Amino acid sequence: MHAVEVSGISKSFGKTEVLKDISFSVSKGEIVGLIGPSGSGKTTVVKTIIGMEKADEGKVTVQNQRMPNRLLLNQIGYMAQSDALYMELSAEQQLVFFSKLYGVPKNKRKQRISECMGLVDLEKDLSKKVMIYSGGMKRRLSLALALLHEPDILVLDEPTVGIDPRLRKQIWEKLQLLKEQGGSILVTTHVMDEAERCDRLVLLLEGSVLAVGTPQELKNQFNTDSIESIFLLKKAGESA
Amino acid sequence: MRMLAVAERIIQQIFKDRRTLALMLVAPLLILTLVYFLFQTDQESIARIGETGLTDPMGDQLEEADVDLVSVEPNESLKELLLNEDLDAYFLLEDDLLQVTYNASSTTTIGSVKAQIAGLRQQHFALQVEEVMMKAAESGLIQPDEAPGFLNIEETYEFGSDETTFFDTISPFLIGFFVFFFVFLISGISLLRERTTGTLDRLLATPVKRSDIVFGYLIGYGIFAVIQTIIVVFYSTYILDIQIAGSIWYVLLINSLIAFVALAFGLLLSTFANSELQMVQFIPIVVIPQIFFAGLLPVDSLQEWLQVIAKIMPLYYGGDALKAVMIFGRGIDDILLDLFILFGIAIVFTFINIQALKKYRKI
Repeated sequence: MHAVEVSGISKSFGKTEVLKDISFSVSKGEIVGLIGPSGSGKTTVVKTIIGMEKADEGKVTVQNQRMPNRLLLNQIGYMAQSDALYMELSAEQQLVFFSKLYGVPKNKRKQRISECMGLVDLEKDLSKKVMIYSGGMKRRLSLALALLHEPDILVLDEPTVGIDPRLRKQIWEKLQLLKEQGGSILVTTHVMDEAERCDRLVLLLEGSVLAVGTPQELKNQFNTDSIESIFLLKKAGESA
Repeated sequence: MRMLAVAERIIQQIFKDRRTLALMLVAPLLILTLVYFLFQTDQESIARIGETGLTDPMGDQLEEADVDLVSVEPNESLKELLLNEDLDAYFLLEDDLLQVTYNASSTTTIGSVKAQIAGLRQQHFALQVEEVMMKAAESGLIQPDEAPGFLNIEETYEFGSDETTFFDTISPFLIGFFVFFFVFLISGISLLRERTTGTLDRLLATPVKRSDIVFGYLIGYGIFAVIQTIIVVFYSTYILDIQIAGSIWYVLLINSLIAFVALAFGLLLSTFANSELQMVQFIPIVVIPQIFFAGLLPVDSLQEWLQVIAKIMPLYYGGDALKAVMIFGRGIDDILLDLFILFGIAIVFTFINIQALKKYRKI
């Protein structure tokens, strides 16, 4: 059974076809990277998985149940592309608010909040206003919010964008840890060196799946030594 | 309860945002006070009238009537005369002809000048009648006690007193309008910001119901709207001494419903705006027109098609109910229909809001 299964989804906004027959899956204990240049449709795929968008064709299932389904959102931890945080509130108020929305029981709330903030190294900054957080701290707080309700599935839209290399490494270490504990993780990125850290990759180009496989398989398939050059090759191939 | 979590978060946010809090609670009082002083003067502006050749009784009557009367030398150019002496009107009496020249730009005094002229006419006529009567009595044609007299007049005031000012008559509308305006703007912009900062998407990625968000907003801002209403109503009653003929509780109830409508309406319109600026652009379209239909002008005397427009404006019903309670001292029976309509409008807007959020999450 797949944690997330995307089968044949297509989506248009008006006349613009954004997604064309996309299929892939995420298994338990696996990190899948959704890789593609800006505008390739990564965020739309993510939004369809969490039910914010509805595919025109095809279907998305999470834990074998069809999305969109409001209650299934309790099993998904979501981190949006931009830091969607309430600037006026303290990190703690923010975490308490989201733990209520996710229905984290009252007696477990405090413990979960300190666990998650510990995981992203922000325990000391719990009572600070988010407004005075640095960009990297906000990103990490967003990740902590996604982990609050101990979701089985993590959907992270560009979790490391605008983050320095040291912090990026830290975040990926946390993701590996979560994966080893049995989590399923879908990560979008256009940073190609992150792609190497995923178990499997879905290459997205102009709304279609270009290829699916482990980083090594893809490199062999396209006969290159980096994921990045696959896209460059593809672009060159088109213009040739 | 997720809706309470949303409401609690909104309250936390408002408390952290002192400026918005002050705008909601203090700004209506400032404007109300300003308008109070602006409209406090109930006597009409005093007309300045220049005259040449008026009789003494005429002059006395005008002086008595609180007119600023000046004797002037006739001038060939009336325009110059009006301009140089800063006159609102010029009276020139020659024999039995009173020539009146108005300064048409003095719109606020023309009415009182005309009333004075009518008075002078009466006086002129009455003096002549008196003369005729005296002659008739002298010659024995009529008995002295048969002489005609003036009508006796006794004045009393209802729905106010001789102290009632223009401000008193528009205050019901003003209170309702300020409650509406500030709640509309602040609730609308807050949901808009939730959307533009991406937190709405983040919120919708949790198992929260769409209705939880809308009701959370209604509760969170509703609490502040009610506090605002209480402050505005009590301030108007006890500090500005606005007369409330009926129960103050009805006034609070009506204003709370107005706030409820404004909340739901602000949230709804924010769906159609992409920035704070676009939200502000709604003010001339949906807020300003309501000023004219909610009690500033007497709707009954408007043209019929304008009356139809008035009746699609939520504030019309609020203003109507407030006037009934504050000026005419009516009870619940007379405002029930207005309250019911306001409540209905708010419910409909709330429902549309819940549906409108589908734009951001399909379920």
